[in-house]
Amino acid sequence: MLATLGIGGVDELFADIPAPLRASRLDLPEPEPELQLAARLEGLAGKNRTNLASFLGAGVYRHWTPAAVDQLLLRGEWYTAYTPYQPEISQGTLQSIYEYESLIAELMALDVVSASHYDGAAATAEAALMTCRATRRQRVLVSRAVHPHYRQTVQAYFGGLEVEEIPVVAEGPESGTTDLAALERLLADPDRPVAGVVAGQPNFFGLLEPMAAIGRLAHGARALFVAVVEPVSLAVLAPPGEYGADIAAGEGQPLGIAPQYGGPYLGLLASTDALVRQIPGRLVGMTTDLDGKRAFVMTMRAREQDIRRDKAASNICTNQALLALAASIYVATLGPHGLRDVAALGAARAAELEAALAGVGVGRLHPGPYLNEFAVRVPSARDVHRKLLDRGVLAGLALADIEPDEPSLADALLVCATEVTTSEEIARFASGLEDILSGRPPVGVEAGAGAERTRHGRHAAEGQPESAPEPAPTRVRA
Amino acid sequence: MSVVGERLQPTIFERSRPGRGGGKIPHPPKDALDRVPAAARRATPPALPELNEPEVVRHYVNLSQLNYAIDTGFYPLGSCTMKFNPKLNEWAARLPGFASLHPLAPDEIAQGTLQLLWELEGILAEVSGMRAVTLQPAAGAQGELCGILMIRAYHLSRGDTARDEVLVPDSSHGTNPATASMAGFRTITIPSAADGGVDVDAFRAALGPRTAAVMITNPSTLGLFERRIGELLDAVHQAGALAYMDGANLNAILGRFKPGEAGFDVMHFNVHKTFSTPHGGGGPGAGPVGVGERLLPYLPAPRVLREDDGSFRLERPGERATSIGRLRSFVGNTGVLVRAYAYLRAHGGSGLRQVSDDAVLAANYLKARVSTAYEIPYDRPCKHEFVASAAAIKKRTGVRTLDIAKRLIDHGYHPPTIYFPLIVEEGMLIEPTETESVETLDAFADALIAIAAEAESDPDLVRSAPHTAPVRRLDEAMAARQPNLRWRGMTGAQTPCPD
Repeated sequence: MLATLGIGGVDELFADIPAPLRASRLDLPEPEPELQLAARLEGLAGKNRTNLASFLGAGVYRHWTPAAVDQLLLRGEWYTAYTPYQPEISQGTLQSIYEYESLIAELMALDVVSASHYDGAAATAEAALMTCRATRRQRVLVSRAVHPHYRQTVQAYFGGLEVEEIPVVAEGPESGTTDLAALERLLADPDRPVAGVVAGQPNFFGLLEPMAAIGRLAHGARALFVAVVEPVSLAVLAPPGEYGADIAAGEGQPLGIAPQYGGPYLGLLASTDALVRQIPGRLVGMTTDLDGKRAFVMTMRAREQDIRRDKAASNICTNQALLALAASIYVATLGPHGLRDVAALGAARAAELEAALAGVGVGRLHPGPYLNEFAVRVPSARDVHRKLLDRGVLAGLALADIEPDEPSLADALLVCATEVTTSEEIARFASGLEDILSGRPPVGVEAGAGAERTRHGRHAAEGQPESAPEPAPTRVRA
Repeated sequence: MSVVGERLQPTIFERSRPGRGGGKIPHPPKDALDRVPAAARRATPPALPELNEPEVVRHYVNLSQLNYAIDTGFYPLGSCTMKFNPKLNEWAARLPGFASLHPLAPDEIAQGTLQLLWELEGILAEVSGMRAVTLQPAAGAQGELCGILMIRAYHLSRGDTARDEVLVPDSSHGTNPATASMAGFRTITIPSAADGGVDVDAFRAALGPRTAAVMITNPSTLGLFERRIGELLDAVHQAGALAYMDGANLNAILGRFKPGEAGFDVMHFNVHKTFSTPHGGGGPGAGPVGVGERLLPYLPAPRVLREDDGSFRLERPGERATSIGRLRSFVGNTGVLVRAYAYLRAHGGSGLRQVSDDAVLAANYLKARVSTAYEIPYDRPCKHEFVASAAAIKKRTGVRTLDIAKRLIDHGYHPPTIYFPLIVEEGMLIEPTETESVETLDAFADALIAIAAEAESDPDLVRSAPHTAPVRRLDEAMAARQPNLRWRGMTGAQTPCPD
């Protein structure tokens, strides 16, 4: 190759880098053969403790993922392709995206689904920005009962635009849900018209919101209504299109995607037909080829950054396509009845959890209806949470860890159950809680022992290997 | 719309038959949902398809076979760095300790992942010469937004409120101007110089007290190193602006050029390009961002911290008041970052430099091979990719770059990126990457040369390509004019639940 180029060495190809700007030596560890690297990675993975009875949700949920999902995802034709710029040799990806759009649209009862966004938080921010573009207004109201990370993301995305939070009802039967009276006041300011109103169903506390009423208030002020939803729940809960949402956003992780410490997940974003020109992200449509054969293609590309540059609806390019495929395979494998069973079984397990916790004197923080997640009042919640770890229980989320400035959440745990939650786990949680609250030390329970479970709810065979290497951290820069 | 070609597949909805499926999840008790108020319940079940597992599996396997992918062949898509995706990395990301870790797991049970992320930040800082790195952004474009929001926070913190412009060369990725708009800035487009580099004089003229930042891709999207980058960075800083580097083309300069050392204030990495994490048919990626001293306070939260006792933890909410906040939920696309970490440790320092050496050698070799049949508008050593043009062929034969790209499909290749960057007439941006053998490069060059000959001898053959793909060219106008963006009319789910 060098001979073809008529050069003596590769260095000549880098002669255009000015000498004073050439890099210092790369001070990094030596290359590592696969055998050693595999051991290093297993060692790191083994330092995480994942064999706990987990009641942690707060936006990311453990579910049984049918084995077919990952087996299919591992086909190189899916995961080593890129954006289907050449539709003639990308019909697999294109049809799968069209089917994804259709499946999610059906769950949402909306018309248009873009494929796809980074996660639920980024999709919510994009939804909020959509309301500003569509209404040419600059102020968005977000319920304080929307996931704190989502609210913070909306804040960060809103460069020159305004975000305000709608308070949550503090007491009484509606406590923990969006304060409708406060929303009405916020919407009433004629000098500061509202582009969009954002509320979650279920909300961050697991509670069911009066979505139709929130939507009516928003529309009364000619604002758009954004619903932040959890997709598995849509098998049993009213979908956004049924209660008048103009846009729905959400986290697709529950649809067959592993928790993997934060991602990659799947940002769901859907809207009514009226907003199709405002929706950011890829859209695939059905068309025909020159011979009249049915085929699929990326369409309405004038919204996208590579065509419209600074006038684009968003800067999004690389998205979460492979996770959209995972979600589609998950939904197709479970079918409508399977998905309903997942949602309903989670609700049943959550009711069992509520009863078990009540049995040891731990009651709910909010009285309203929920599906499969709820907050409980526990004195010294963070301390109790830590002590339960020693008993092999991940007791949900101490709300003070995510909302440290909210006094009403200081002594509360947010807990959830899904179809993989077992009665044995619930019993372990309840008895551990009882022991801790009554000051009893842990007896006979060893962390990591007994009927521990993996993410898939199987009895774990892998355990934590005694011999796993403990790699020392190597970092070249502090 | 009902004519499905030979190798094409019915939709999953057409495959549905009422009553199929099941057996994955136990049935819940009948009263499971009784406590959910009727008003909050779904009135009609979603009309989702019903299939048995074998039908689902065949559907998706058959669909997959309609795709071209790195695992099936050469994919020289310029600007996208379609290198081989090592299989160990897929295995690693699926280790239960990584895959099943909840993102809100307490730090004490997440030490393995936190250590990996902390080490990865250090490796990326060393590769880029930056002071610190955030792993939060989910993709390059989100990394850009992160960088520009930090620049905005930097200027505002100094009371410098008049800076509302971002300068972008006309050869840039579309994400750059789109990002500037998203962050509330006005984009000023700067023309390229005749040698393909940034027009430094035009840049100097545009720089001023309103300039917040310049966004530069180096090497540029023409595959050329910015030879006057030093001057340019000096001018940017003299004007009080900051310099953003789009790291999409980092694969060309590993171990040869560290943007932080050269004076860039912030850059993003595309780990799905440079560090081999799979492109997934459009994603996921990850877009870590490195910053110099000036932007350190503004990094998104939470950062990964190492304590004095050697343990790791995430920053707590509100711990660093200067942060721009967060651009997504949780920590980042950790599963992607595990793959990138594995790649970086597999290569080490010497291996990474070799990556760029090989990628640049491959691009220059391929450029030399195809230059016999195509124009090379900027004929100097390229970096990891180069632009070839079919303008002369079009003039002579009427065959366009689009036609040549489609004909490459018949020859068994994924076409390069075409008509980008926009400044080259009938351009194709070709990026072979370092993971291809010389035999593959030769065969691809032979195909491109053969197509140039076909354009002369049988232009209709090229203009009507592809001939061997599952479908011929598509009616994109109809797709846009009469959008059909979802399947309707599925009624299978209306049947009662089969118990």
